[in-house]
Parts: sequence; structure tokens; C-alpha cells
Amino acid sequence: MTARTPRIGVITFPGSLDDRDALAAVATMGGTGVSLWHGDHDLRSVDAVVLPGGFSYGDYLRCGAIATHAPIMEEVRAFAAIGGPVLGICNGFQVLCESRLLPGALIRNRSLRFVCREVTLRVETSQSVVTADLTPGETLAMPIKHGEGAFVARTQELVRMRSEGLVVFRYAGADGVVDDAHDPNGSLENIAGVRNAAGNVVGLMPHPEHAVDPDVGATGGQSVFASLLSSALAVAGS
Amino acid sequence: MSEPQGPGTELRTADEDPLHRRLGLKDDEFDRIVATLGRQPRPAELAMYGAMWSEHCSYKSSKRYLRTLPTEGASVLVGPGQDAGAIDVGDGWAAVFKMESHSHPSAIEPYQGAATGVGGIVRDIISMGARPVALLDPLMFGPLEHERNRWLFEGVVAGIGGYGNCIGVPTVGGEIRFAGPHTANPSVDVMCLGLARAEDLVTSSSRSAHAGSLMVLYGASTGRDGIGGVSVLASATLEEGSTAARPSVQIGDPFAEKLLIEASLELIERGLLEGLQDLGGAGITCAVSESAARAEMGAQLDLDAVPLREPGMEAFEILTSESQERMLAIVHPSKLGDVTAVCARWGLGIAVIATLVDGGALTVTHDGAVVAEMPARSLTDEGPEYDRPREPRPAVEGEEDPTFTRFNGDVRTAFMDVLAAPNVASKRWVFEQYDSIVQGQTVAGAGGDAAVVRVPGTLKGLALSTDGKGRFGALDPYLGAAHAVAEAARNVAVTGARPLAITNCMNFGNPERPAVMWEFSESIRGMADACLGLDTPVTGGNVSFYNESAGSAIWPTPVIGMVGLIEDYRLRVPAGFPRAGLAIYLLGETFAELGGSEFAETVLGVVAGRPPALDLQKEAALHRVLLAAASQDVLASAHDPAEGGLAIALAESAIEGGHGFAVTLAGDLPAHVMLFSESASRAVVSVAPEREDGLLGEAVDHGVPATRLGETGGSAVLFDGLFETSVQELREVYETALPRLLGETGAP
Repeated sequence: MTARTPRIGVITFPGSLDDRDALAAVATMGGTGVSLWHGDHDLRSVDAVVLPGGFSYGDYLRCGAIATHAPIMEEVRAFAAIGGPVLGICNGFQVLCESRLLPGALIRNRSLRFVCREVTLRVETSQSVVTADLTPGETLAMPIKHGEGAFVARTQELVRMRSEGLVVFRYAGADGVVDDAHDPNGSLENIAGVRNAAGNVVGLMPHPEHAVDPDVGATGGQSVFASLLSSALAVAGS
Repeated sequence: MSEPQGPGTELRTADEDPLHRRLGLKDDEFDRIVATLGRQPRPAELAMYGAMWSEHCSYKSSKRYLRTLPTEGASVLVGPGQDAGAIDVGDGWAAVFKMESHSHPSAIEPYQGAATGVGGIVRDIISMGARPVALLDPLMFGPLEHERNRWLFEGVVAGIGGYGNCIGVPTVGGEIRFAGPHTANPSVDVMCLGLARAEDLVTSSSRSAHAGSLMVLYGASTGRDGIGGVSVLASATLEEGSTAARPSVQIGDPFAEKLLIEASLELIERGLLEGLQDLGGAGITCAVSESAARAEMGAQLDLDAVPLREPGMEAFEILTSESQERMLAIVHPSKLGDVTAVCARWGLGIAVIATLVDGGALTVTHDGAVVAEMPARSLTDEGPEYDRPREPRPAVEGEEDPTFTRFNGDVRTAFMDVLAAPNVASKRWVFEQYDSIVQGQTVAGAGGDAAVVRVPGTLKGLALSTDGKGRFGALDPYLGAAHAVAEAARNVAVTGARPLAITNCMNFGNPERPAVMWEFSESIRGMADACLGLDTPVTGGNVSFYNESAGSAIWPTPVIGMVGLIEDYRLRVPAGFPRAGLAIYLLGETFAELGGSEFAETVLGVVAGRPPALDLQKEAALHRVLLAAASQDVLASAHDPAEGGLAIALAESAIEGGHGFAVTLAGDLPAHVMLFSESASRAVVSVAPEREDGLLGEAVDHGVPATRLGETGGSAVLFDGLFETSVQELREVYETALPRLLGETGAP
């Protein structure tokens, strides 16, 4: 097998803010970042797609709601349907929930305030494109920054998510203990990130792209991107 | 023809008031307009002069003083007079920065007032051709015990976050202070730093505009919001019933601003522009007249071409509307197609509203008829200038300097009270509401001495600090201003960065009162001396007058925004004690100086006395020691003792680093003076034992006293012979004080 650099697409919607940061993180972790434009019907032959953080279209309706109607999202849905790796970060997570590619929804933080701080995540499953290289119970440090990041789901859906192992990350203490004191936004069961049934679509509120460079913060995002890059190659090679 | 409903209608005092007075113009200013035009002015012309000759736009009371500030230095690329100043930070990069206030709108509508302040300063940076990379928000409010002050405080912070977080520019700092005189008049200042390739700077000298060039308005459409912002709101005092001025407050749309940033930077990068101007105070009038005047030309402005939010807007409304998120580009006709395509890609509206013409006349048409015609320069450069009377404040009789007040209280209790004082306690509640990390260059965010952001693709870091010394200014405006410069420079120097240049925002009362004008002139004198002494020239700034209500003004408070350069950001020195076993030193000397201190206000309940002395040579020497030690990686931590003095600086280093300490404070001074004196030109540093000689060598070389206070380590905090506590107790007091005042527990 010849070593190839995975091409990771990062979509820019009007109002995306962390698109450059996601491209930089991909490059730091050894991938090739590819800019994708919301108005195009073209994924430019990428091996994986990242929906970045920000306030797409101003988030003046529900967060992420307008972005689901962007032309590029038709391509993302088709890509996801054939098993292509898709990662939604923060606003990207909201877009994936609004697009019904992921279960649940994200509402206003419990504090009713925007919150930017470093948190610890506990990995709940390795059955996803961003945790394939990780072990459940491992902890990762990375920042959150959002005003509407409280994960909610209907009870029935939550039961299904539990039984199918769809929770990928939970907010935890540094020791890995999951409790209310370490839930920064009022998410149900401290849920910070979820996946679809196939594990190729993942969304999380924390920002792994802001946690790859030790000079500016935590490094818990390195393994997330490393997993995404290797998953991208694996899917592309299959 | 009926008289138009001019701005100021809401504040009119009598119906028989002539229009010019309702527009904020004095009778002699009206006469000056008549003389300039050689005829009676039309209503739209009066509105234009009213806006452009307002204190806010024309600096008519402050100009003669601002001219005395030192503005030149080796690193200065662009000095005052442009949208923002710029300095050379090496490797071909220019740092572009500016500070402004949005205090008056924020006093009336805190969320939108603060939000649009952020939007305005960001557009100033864009219009220089720079990408905005950092925001800092120095804020001053009245005491939080009052419900209305809490409403203002929470609203302003939410507005800064609500706007700043949506535009992808990290908010990395800005000090927050509380003082009685700010109850009616909060000060809401905002500083933005941008980065540009030095050769890409858009300045008046780089502008190649010529007759026939088009003035292209892009971004949001123009509505009836913010009319009279500069003349009604920003250039008069707010009195009872000022909520009637709420229609003069603009409404922000950060999403539009984000698109404006990206579109503008793309236009500049692709070389499609001959000039660029933001629309802020005085709206189209200011942008068009300044662009024309800078090009030494006139302009033909067609108001019928301006995209409007609603039909039936009067000429003066279109001319002075301060609708947000608009920019004015100067474009060669051959480039118009490309410019239109870029704006369309970002979903921005665009309209050619004016053409540059030879000669200096600005001609404005509306509904096909000429509504205004005047020399463009008469609006921008030929406005009135005043030498307002000044009167030194009389010394307060019988007031005791708190330095010499006998203190028989418990120093431990006093220490905890000062640590929990809102001016000192952790501002985490605020800073966590700001996105401080977007763009991925934030090495150090808010809460420390100075924020540090990287210059992308280099090892360089820019250190940023904003400082105002309201209490010192209240007692001695000269010293207050000088201390603000010195402290801002010190905050930058303790991180290991060399202070390079400043911007400022001058927050004052009504300049028509001689006492205020004196405070202003003294402050300028203090700022000038300190900037000269520390070799940090002034690259621009902003004057915010009329911050008073019912004859009671805010303290004279120049806020300094300092930019410093660290050659290798990996050598940044943190404020916290990073580990146990380090030697703690005090660089500089502690004198009996409790005048205007936090201790005096919090514990003794007085704002009185003489502020600490400031010796600029000692200050500069301290900076040299800090820089030399930092560049050799000698310092494990460094922190500036400010409010609360040495005791609080030690506590903050312990809380930040998570390591306790044991120190002995020797000397002849009473314990409370030793602990809480706010003597200038000091730093608390920690060093590894094997680096102590290195530090002492530098201290001796530069003539800075260095005193070994003790060592770091453990969870206990010991002031030998005085009292003992723990890092955990300190953190509890420090972190919960502000949330408690806001009625919260401090839990997530």
C-alpha cells in the first residue's frame, strides 16, 4: 500500500469562523486541507468532510438550520450515505443535527451565557471515525466555545442512543468521572459528541481543531484528527 | 416647505430653537458655515456640518492638546490621523491598532451599544487593509451593588460577546474596573489589533484615486438608525430621560460584519481598490468627505443611488445615518465588475454612490436636485477649534493621605477583603463569555498581565494590555495618565515583550467645564511625558468627552492600549508560579504609598491622598531587566503588582500557577503598607535557584533593586509573622467574588 496524504475538506458557510483553524489543524496533523464552498455542488474528491464552527448564516433562525439547505449539503448527505467520514464541530454539529444526519438537538446553555473554556472529554466508544484509534475511558482536553451547546434528545431517542452506543464523548472531570459538576452547558447525560449508527458521521461541541498545537493550548484534538485522517484513508482505500 | 424633522427633535428644548442648535451647532459655528458657503446653509448642509463639526468627529476641544503627544518612533509606520495607527513588527508585518469608546450608546442600550462599538473598531482596522486578529475591551462601571449597574454590566459583556464571538476575532483582554462616578456613565472602550503585510497597508499616501474614480458603498443598506449618533449622543451629556435618545443607538448585525471582513480583505488582497474607508460616526457624510479630502479632490454624491431600508428617507437622514456594517471603497471604473463579483460572492449589496471630481467641491443630489454643496475640506479639516478655559481643581482641605492613617485592623481580613474587591477579583465570569481562541494564535488570553497573540508563520508574539488608573487620575490627572502608560508598558514587559507603541481612549466629562478641561490637559501632559520616557509613541486614539450627568463627571481616565513585541513567543513569561522550589524576588522598591490605593478604598473607604510617585527612568530600567532576563529564559514567572500591591500580586501568582509560597516582608514600613502599597516600577518574579545569579546580575547591571522574598511551594500561603492561608482559600475568595455580586454561586 502506498502512503497517501488524506484530503480533508472543510466547508466555508457564510459566517463560518473556525474554517481556517480546521484547515490548519488538518495540515498540522499531516493531512491536506481542502476548502469547500457552501454554494458549490462539489466536494473536490476529498476523503473526509469537516463542518467547522461559527455562526453559519448568522444563526438567526435556529443554529445550523439555514446551512442544511446549502447546495454543498446535498453532496455531504450523499457522501455520508456511502460511508464517507463527516465531522461536525460546534456549529457543524448543529448543522448535522438539523440535517437529521445525527440524533438530538442543541439548545441554549443552562447558564444562558456563551462559555469559552477548556474541558475534559471522556471517550465513550471507539466505533467512530474520530475515535477509532482511542480507547473508551480515555480522556481528552480541548476547549469549548458556544452559547447553544446543551445536547437534548427525546427520552426514546436517548434510550436508543444508549443501546446503540451512539454517544462518542461525555464531559468529565480530569479523572474521567462524569458528573453534573463537569457539565459546562447542561447537556443531557453530559453528552458532548454523538455519532450515527454507522459511525462515519460524528458531531461534537468542543473544538478539537483548537487543541492540536501545544503552544496555544491543550492537545486533546490531536488524536481526534489523527483518527479522522486514518479513517479517511481507510474508507478511501476500501 | 416645511422644516425637516432634524435629529435632536427628541431632545429639543424649545420649538423656537433654530435648526442648527438642534443639530448641536453653536451660533458662532453657524456663522462660520455661512462664511464658508457665502450664503445661508440648506438643511442638509447644516446636518452635515452638525455631524462633522461635532466634538466626536472634529476633536475641536482636544486637538490643540493631542498635537503635543509624541507620535514618532523607529517602529511607527502610520501615526495619528488615519483610521488606525500602524507599527512595524518585523518580517514584513505591520501591526495596526486603535482604541475607541462606545460609552454613550452603551449607557442607554448596553447590549447594542457595546456590540456596535466592537463592529466600529473592527471596520477601522479593515479599512487599513489589515485582518483583525484581537480585541480587548476595557470597561468601567458603577458599583455592582446597584441593580442598574448590574444590568449595564451584564448587557455590555453580553453585547461584546454576542458581536465579537460571531465575527471570528478573538477577544483576548481588557481590564474591568468599578467606581462610583461610573454609575451614570459607564465607560465602554474597545481596542482592535490587526495584521497586514506592511506593503499592503491602505493609507492615504498609498491611495491612487483620481478624478473619475468611483465611490462604492457595500455591505448593509442604509436606514433610519443611529441618526445623530455623533452629535446628539456622543457630544452632549446624558441627562434624565435619556432613553428618549434610544433611536440614536445603532443596531449591530455581526453576521454582516463577518461577510464585510472577508469581502474587504479579498478586495484588498486582489488589488481591486484605490482606497477604503469605514462608515462610522456621521455615516456617508464622513466617509465621502474624508475620502475626497484625503485625495485632495471633490465628489459628486447621488443619494438616490444609496440602497435604503425604507422609502421616504430625507436627504439629511441618508447623509448622517449611522447604519452599521457598511464600507466605502474607491474603485477604478475598470475594476468595478470584479469588485461587484467579490461582493456578490459574499452576498453583500453594492452601489456606486459617488464619483471623485477635480476641484474640492462636494456636491450632493437627492431626487435629482442639489441638496448640498460645499468644499469637502470644510467638513473634515476646516472645522472649529477651541482653546477652552481651564481651571485647576482646588486641593481638598483637611483630607488625610491614607498612607499616614493609623491602621489597627487585622491584616489577614484586610487582605481577603482586597482580594475579593471587584477591581481585584477574578473576571473569569466576563472572559469566559468571550471567544478568546478563534484564529488559533492566542498564546495567552485575558486575565493575565498582557495577552499574547502570535504573528502567523513566525515566532513573534504581540503582547497587548489596556490600562486606566481612574483613582490616581481623580487625585492627580497628570500622574493618573503617566501611571496608566507605565503600567500598560509594565504589563507588556513582564511577559517578556518590548513595549513599542500605544493607542488610547481619553474618557472625560464635559470639556465646556474648565475643571474638566484642566484635567484633560494635565492627562495629556502626563501621557506625553510617560510615552517619551518609555519610548512608546502614540499612534492614534479617541477622545470621549461629556461623560457626566447632572454636573457630576467620571474620573479623568485615559485608557492606554499598549502593543509590545516578543521575538520568540515560546519565551513568554507566565504570571503564575509554575512549580515549587522557585526563589521569589521583588524587583524595584516598595515605598509608603497608599494614596489612591485599592486598600484605601476597600478597607479605609476613602479615595484620597497622593498617588504613588513615578520615576520613568526607574520604570524603563525595570523593563530592561525583565526583557533581558526573559530573553535568556531566566524567569519562571513575572507579575506586575497593581491594585492591591505586593500582597495581591503574590496571591495572583499563586492562584494562577497553583503553587503556594512562604515570604518574609522585611523593612521599616508598617505591615499593611508593605502589603498593599501601590508603588510603581515593581515586579514579582520567580526564578529557579540556579538562575538566581543570572537575575541578580541583570538587576545590578541596570540598577534595579532585587529583594529575595521567599520561595514557592506547597499548598500553604505564608506571610511570615503576619498570617497564613492556602492557595485553595485564595482561589475560592478570588473566583467567587464577582459571581456572588451578580447573585450567582459561581458553579458552571
